Amino acid sequence: MRVPVGWLAEYVDLPSGTTVEQLDATFVRLGLEVEKVHRPEEVTGPLVVGRVLEVEELTGFKKPIRFCRVDVGEQAPRGIVCGARNFAVGDAVVVALPGAVLPGGFTIASRKTYDRISDGMICSARELGIGEDHTGILVLADGAAGSAPAPGTPAGPVVGLDDVVVELAITPDRGYCLSMRGIAREIGTGLGVTWRDPGALPVPSWSGEPAWEVAVADPDRCDRFSMIALEDLDPTAPTPWGMRRRLAESGVRSVSLAVDVTNYVMLELGQPMHAFDRDRVSGPIVVRRAREGERLTTLDGVDRVLDADDLLITDDSGPIGLAAVMGGASTEIGDDTVDVLLEAAHWEPTGVARTARRHRLPSEAAKRFERGVDPEMTTAALVRAAELLAEHGGARVVGAPVDVDTRGPRPTIPLDPALPGRVAGVPYPPARVTELLAAVGCAVDGATDDGATDDGATEDSGGGLLTVTPPSWRPDLTDPADLVEEVVRLAGYDDVPSVLPTAPPGRGLTEAQRRRRAIGRTLAEVGYVEAPSYPFVGPAALDALGLAEDDERRQVVVVRNPLSEEEPALRTTLLPGLLATLARNLSRGQRDLALFEHGAVFPGGVRRPAPLPGVDRRPDDETIAALLGAVPAQPWHVAVALAGNREPRGWWGPGRPAVWADAVQAARRVAEAAGVELTVRAGECAPWHPGRCAELLVGDGAGGHRTVGFAGELHPRVCAALALPARTSVMELDVDALPPAPVPVGPHISTFPPVLVDVALVVRDEVPAAEVDAALRAGAGQLLESLRLFDLYTGPPVPAGSRSLAYALTLRAPDRTLTSEEATAVRDAAVAAAAQRTGAQLRA
Amino acid sequence: MSGANDPYDPKQVAALSAEALDTAVTEARKAFAEAIDLEVLAAVRPAHLGDRAPVLLARRELGALPPAARADAGKRVNAARAAVTSAYEERLAELEAERDARVLAEERVDVTLPWDRLPRGARHPLTTLTDRIADVFVGMGYEVADGPELEAEWLNFDALNIGRDHPARTMMDTFFVAGGPGQDEDSGLVLRTHTSPVQARTMLARTPPIYVVAPGRVYRTDELDATHTPVFHQVEGLAVDRGLTMAHLRGTLDHLARALFGADAVTRWRPSYFPFTEPSAEFDVWFPEHRDGPRWVEWGGCGMVNPRVLVACGVDPEEYRGFAFGVGIERALQFRSGVGDMRDIVEGDVRFTRAFGVDQ
Repeated sequence: MRVPVGWLAEYVDLPSGTTVEQLDATFVRLGLEVEKVHRPEEVTGPLVVGRVLEVEELTGFKKPIRFCRVDVGEQAPRGIVCGARNFAVGDAVVVALPGAVLPGGFTIASRKTYDRISDGMICSARELGIGEDHTGILVLADGAAGSAPAPGTPAGPVVGLDDVVVELAITPDRGYCLSMRGIAREIGTGLGVTWRDPGALPVPSWSGEPAWEVAVADPDRCDRFSMIALEDLDPTAPTPWGMRRRLAESGVRSVSLAVDVTNYVMLELGQPMHAFDRDRVSGPIVVRRAREGERLTTLDGVDRVLDADDLLITDDSGPIGLAAVMGGASTEIGDDTVDVLLEAAHWEPTGVARTARRHRLPSEAAKRFERGVDPEMTTAALVRAAELLAEHGGARVVGAPVDVDTRGPRPTIPLDPALPGRVAGVPYPPARVTELLAAVGCAVDGATDDGATDDGATEDSGGGLLTVTPPSWRPDLTDPADLVEEVVRLAGYDDVPSVLPTAPPGRGLTEAQRRRRAIGRTLAEVGYVEAPSYPFVGPAALDALGLAEDDERRQVVVVRNPLSEEEPALRTTLLPGLLATLARNLSRGQRDLALFEHGAVFPGGVRRPAPLPGVDRRPDDETIAALLGAVPAQPWHVAVALAGNREPRGWWGPGRPAVWADAVQAARRVAEAAGVELTVRAGECAPWHPGRCAELLVGDGAGGHRTVGFAGELHPRVCAALALPARTSVMELDVDALPPAPVPVGPHISTFPPVLVDVALVVRDEVPAAEVDAALRAGAGQLLESLRLFDLYTGPPVPAGSRSLAYALTLRAPDRTLTSEEATAVRDAAVAAAAQRTGAQLRA
Repeated sequence: MSGANDPYDPKQVAALSAEALDTAVTEARKAFAEAIDLEVLAAVRPAHLGDRAPVLLARRELGALPPAARADAGKRVNAARAAVTSAYEERLAELEAERDARVLAEERVDVTLPWDRLPRGARHPLTTLTDRIADVFVGMGYEVADGPELEAEWLNFDALNIGRDHPARTMMDTFFVAGGPGQDEDSGLVLRTHTSPVQARTMLARTPPIYVVAPGRVYRTDELDATHTPVFHQVEGLAVDRGLTMAHLRGTLDHLARALFGADAVTRWRPSYFPFTEPSAEFDVWFPEHRDGPRWVEWGGCGMVNPRVLVACGVDPEEYRGFAFGVGIERALQFRSGVGDMRDIVEGDVRFTRAFGVDQ
């Protein structure tokens, strides 16, 4: 809502010297967010109203030029050369006299042009910086109307050059603030000054036959429909400058006098209206729902198929308007319209919202009706519009107004006068509560003079209830809580003190929350940089990963209104986003990268739709279970991606390239951070290199293992498809699939000396080191303290197809110094187990 | 060697004579003084302080003396031994100092050489700031509640008093999710537009008193630009208890502001509208360290939980009141760390994230 301050001042006695900053602060304090303050561009020097006395057409130039004599309130008229042609003798215009400086630093001087002395300039709206119109000069009033200020009057205030426009963001509960009337009430109350209600208009004693025959078939959706008829409108009458200026300031385009007046009254009173060309309406007007197959071409020229839920204004020809949203083209006001039917009605908000959404027509009218319009305003708006059309277009009202009014009594709200104080934590005497509600426009009944001042702390009301009838323009006030807000808001939120409540002792973070933090911190500490990405993916990204057609990661959740048609789905794996971030960093000149991301993924698949129960009570347990069950599990994954060097080159020597093993090690780090033992074995899964892919497993609690992720080098084709460096390595793991961490058991620390034994074993290449490791451990038994692979060797004398694995064993007993015989026995047992399980042979 | 019962034989105990001891001390001093480095000193040490050194042999002979002579001789032997020991230690100290001055100087390195062989990574500042905020509340006894990003429409809207045709619902710019086998039916699911559905989940699952914060990722259909992102983060707080007031809400927000922005931070409220709170406010925080000078910064929304929400979630509004608030993490990061462009926060450029370290 754009509020021209000059317009506002017509209704509110703004204290003299009120600054825009003070108004701004008042708006904000009242809950009307100031989005922007538009200040007009600066014009300095003499700018006056002038009256054209003579026009002389100059010929012989490339374009037609006029030399005018203009009365600017001086003793003699001035001669001014002008290229525009949209004015006539007698018209009031705006003249910049020599010495004036227009927006853009354009200085006006007396100069010779087209063989004449031009002693000033007649200005267009655009030259003054107050509009875009440059098709002609700005005509304040034509000679006939004669309502323009006298020549020589400073023109700045007349054209609205001094008018600041405050643009407000109106919250959806405050429909009435989408009007100057509502803003005036708020500011008047907020500043504590006198203000006038522009909607307080007496209905003239129009009489005669009703303006038109009207029937409302759906009173639930239209509880008031008012209409008047006007005749003898001058279709050529222009909209006066002042009205055009205010419409422009409010962001509304000027169309014609009749349309401009309906828009102007909507801005003024908040009541959207519609003007029909009476001669194009045939037969009685009926307000009803649309029928199957009905169509309507709306004012925007769109032929619309109507829904049975759409509410219509119809005549004998069928639909002539989409009620509350947009009029129809067939009865539109035209260049030749002289007889007009003016309609102002009150429509039920949710129905309007549905129709506006269905037809994607968020019109100014629909916006207001959705948010609630004062039903008292229909006739006032008609009176005001008739007045303006009479004044500026010569129209006169014929017949009696139609007013189909089926409204019920306004609801009342019982209010404990102590409630606002109890909610705010600051006491308000009952008389104050009544006063503030009255300022909002509420009618308040009930004992308020019992003298009891509530201290705001007791839950016991003590007094009687107030009966509050909210004003007609506040349909948002339905509950005691709404009234509480009005009281606290008008008293001022700054009155609410600051008191810290005491929460009961909490249990801290959950295990899952601690685990997520530990994983993130661990990866960051070992060199990975966290890179969260948007969870949107498309088929192309999944194709690039080389996922098979039946890969379950292709079962995606689809967004109906995606930002990009290329990425309409939610991720089932973190890799597309992470690899895109990797590529972005590479493209920005980074070479050595280790990234991680952790977050939810969204497995797809068909599910039952989530129910939409009512909200008047807690849904029953079965419904809640269905509701929660319809929301799919969204497991928390972690992934890493590596490219370039894992350890940079430096003065110590060359860098160490990141390899598959770094990705596997990242998984081990994650498992360590989670307090879980991870098992690694050769795996095969897209998008990994089939020979360099580790399957990551954890114990399933029943003696077996379950897969929680994969790590290793990307498939070369995936690197090529995504233009990533060769040997880019990645890991992805389902954190939610990790079992709970057991409470660690403190080991017994033996202080007896260790025995260190090395063994080198020759095994076939296809035997995984993890199996040799496990066999050695099993064979060594209790006396093995630790085991470490310290060398891996291939080549002579180790036979081809085999490799040598060298292990360092640390043996130690808890209760004694091991003898060399014991140590040898352990070593032999370990080697024997390895030989038996893996075919390993002790290297000579 | 003489046993305790051996007859006294002055010749046998010649080593105990004052002269002999003096000679031993003199020789030891000379040998130590002539040791030119630590190696030589170590080599000559056994001759003067080892098991077969004169002063130690003398000590063994003490037992052979008659008790009357023993005390006197003992003193002499001990004095001699102390003299040799101290001569040794003095020389050792001298030679070590010499070595330190020479050898360790030769081993000097350039300690300013970099050794970033495994550079540290970083956590994203959205993560660390979220944790920081959560920790402030955990410190007050709150618990951290999680909820899904793909959420039931009822929990995201209806339960929060945002009716089907309410303008607030359309203003939320929601991502809707398709359902059914052909992805062309209603799923009843949306990408949550705020963390508020966690309020509803919490109230449905638990009985008051409730004190929770819910951090998380939320979605609106805004295109990414310098000030907007379709995917962003909020922290929502909810307290439901007997006798809660707006004063408690203000106290809580002031506490959060001080914890994050320093002791001088306070909040300011502006009346506003949210369907799920009544009264409602937007709040600003006074931020003295703003890069453009101290100022009020818009930060979040708050209010008293609308009794209609309590009813829909099974909490008796006659018995309990609640307050709720939500803050934007991106916004807090932007002004707390002077980040001008939203894209820097979302694009995952390592240069941006590295600047924040692991724990800010």
